[in-house]
Amino acid sequence: MNNPNFDLLMWARGPGFDIALIIFAAGIVLRIVEIIVLGRKKDLAPAKGNGVAQGIKTIFSRSIPRKGLVHYAPITYIGGYIFHLGFFIAFFFFGAHIVFLDELLGFSQWWPEAISFQWPAFGRVIIESAVALAVLAMIALMYTRLTDPVRRALSTFDDYLVWVLSILPMVTGYIAVNKLFGDPVFMLALHILSVELLMIAFPFTKLMHAFTFVMARYYNGSIQGRKGAES
Amino acid sequence: MSATLERGLNALREQIDAPVASFFSSCVSCGLCAEACIFYRETEDPKYTPIHKLDLLRRLWKKEYTLFGRVASMFGLMPSITEDDLKEWEELVYDSCTMCGRCSMVCPVGNDLTMMIRKMREGMSASGHAPIELVGAAGRHADYGSPMGELHPALHAQIKHAEKATGIPIEMDKSGADYMVLLSAQEIAEFPDVLAAMSRIFKKAGITWTISNDGFEATNVGIQLGNRDVARTLVTKVVEAAEKLGVKGVISPECGHAYQALRWEGPNLIGRAYDFEVIHIIELLDRLRAEGKLTTKGKDMGKLTFHDPCQINRRGGINQEPRNLMNMVAGNFVETDDAGTMNWCCSGGGGVGANERAADLRFKAFNRKKRQFEKVNPDKIVTMCAYCHHTLEEQLEEHNMEIEVAGLTELVAEYLDDE
Repeated sequence: MNNPNFDLLMWARGPGFDIALIIFAAGIVLRIVEIIVLGRKKDLAPAKGNGVAQGIKTIFSRSIPRKGLVHYAPITYIGGYIFHLGFFIAFFFFGAHIVFLDELLGFSQWWPEAISFQWPAFGRVIIESAVALAVLAMIALMYTRLTDPVRRALSTFDDYLVWVLSILPMVTGYIAVNKLFGDPVFMLALHILSVELLMIAFPFTKLMHAFTFVMARYYNGSIQGRKGAES
Repeated sequence: MSATLERGLNALREQIDAPVASFFSSCVSCGLCAEACIFYRETEDPKYTPIHKLDLLRRLWKKEYTLFGRVASMFGLMPSITEDDLKEWEELVYDSCTMCGRCSMVCPVGNDLTMMIRKMREGMSASGHAPIELVGAAGRHADYGSPMGELHPALHAQIKHAEKATGIPIEMDKSGADYMVLLSAQEIAEFPDVLAAMSRIFKKAGITWTISNDGFEATNVGIQLGNRDVARTLVTKVVEAAEKLGVKGVISPECGHAYQALRWEGPNLIGRAYDFEVIHIIELLDRLRAEGKLTTKGKDMGKLTFHDPCQINRRGGINQEPRNLMNMVAGNFVETDDAGTMNWCCSGGGGVGANERAADLRFKAFNRKKRQFEKVNPDKIVTMCAYCHHTLEEQLEEHNMEIEVAGLTELVAEYLDDE
């Protein structure tokens, strides 16, 4: 029990996580408020379709690529899907994460009668396959970012930073769980610290799309929907 | 900082609202907007990536409308927009974008890039960085009432011509008519047969209509140039004419951006709803068809295809109506690939067709439609926008393709059962 890495792990799980969580939550609220306070003018043209309904519909329907587009950018589309799905599966359905989220959000404390607010975890094979596929997808996405002229020209420091910060938790988590190398306690501490870096960077980078895409899709859908046009 | 640069930046600032901020906040630089863009697809030049065309607006938003940007700019980490930037972006915003709206349909996070191009043009034109042809057209519009100059004599001649052809009188400035008809300058100058076509269709349907000497031209260069003041002046002229005559409705002609200007931007430009309904001619014809007031006899048995004008279909929501009408009068109607909501632009919209500097780029961009038409190999291309019509004819000639182009209203009138 004299492993000095325990101190690091305890810091990462305690004060480190609290700091990251505050920056993460406050930053996201700030960014969303920054957007909403800009407002938008009321549209005075009489509506032809239902803008609100189509706005809500577009939040979901835009997850499906438009016909014919996948053909032009297969790596971006397929890699994008695999990365997002893999990341979400590992994040929400790994047993240790479920326990952690339950403690963090306090479900079991608020609703003790529910015995547990924990949802069923996926088996290790699924989780580890999801992570492996997500990491491979990210490598493929970085390959197109570096080689495709459009994506290379668009890329800024933000894009590369976010890529590193997103892949680190998956790689460190995989190593820690499988005890691939290094001290497992140290690896777990590294895993948690990498997540904290991701959380801290979140409000200041394109990671914000994880929240603002809902608004963007809604606006797009509602603008088109009012006109009776598709979105 | 020069006065024009400051004016341009102020105009851009006025355009930044919650949707714009949510769009820029959501962009993940995936580049998929490029895949939807006719200019990128046909040139494969990455500078034509739609989100890149908006980069000045994005920089201004980030620098002035986000806390992070404001802090970074205090440390001199956010470069200001310069005259040189505006000069460089003029081509991207005006020459290589027809505001066709395909990018807005594919963006995975839902960004309406086209709407932002429309907004960005406000800043570009205010700073004096807009194509000379559009600025000139705006001047002619203000001075003479149309982008082509004084059109009253031509209009009167065309009305006489239509009356002679149909034997139906057309009464101008008639108060209390059901509809006030608007035309596009392109129709008056190049495709005047639409007047006779409407005259016959409306007589058969029992609709009363008129044309106002005070406001008969529907195009709105203010929308293409990106100048709200010009756009407002032009819309106001039509609204005043219609309200003076007390008509129930105003018919927006076969013209893409005119419909956008009058139907969707107009009330927001003048700050109130109208006292009348605005309806696109094809919407009205389809309504008459559904009510049984528009019947046809016989069909064109040639192979016909349809070109969707971006501002009327994708950005305007009129998709099924022209198809209902096509099926009435076309015996062999074949769609091109991507027809309907995801059609490809004729390459001349959004002011690009008037922009001489963009001619070579426009001819290159048309290759997309060229391949689609070659695949269908139609006898005739039908459309519902006079400017698409004009552009298609110009492009087909440039590409040595012999295909006839027709307006849908004229085609319907050709088979009208009015005996």
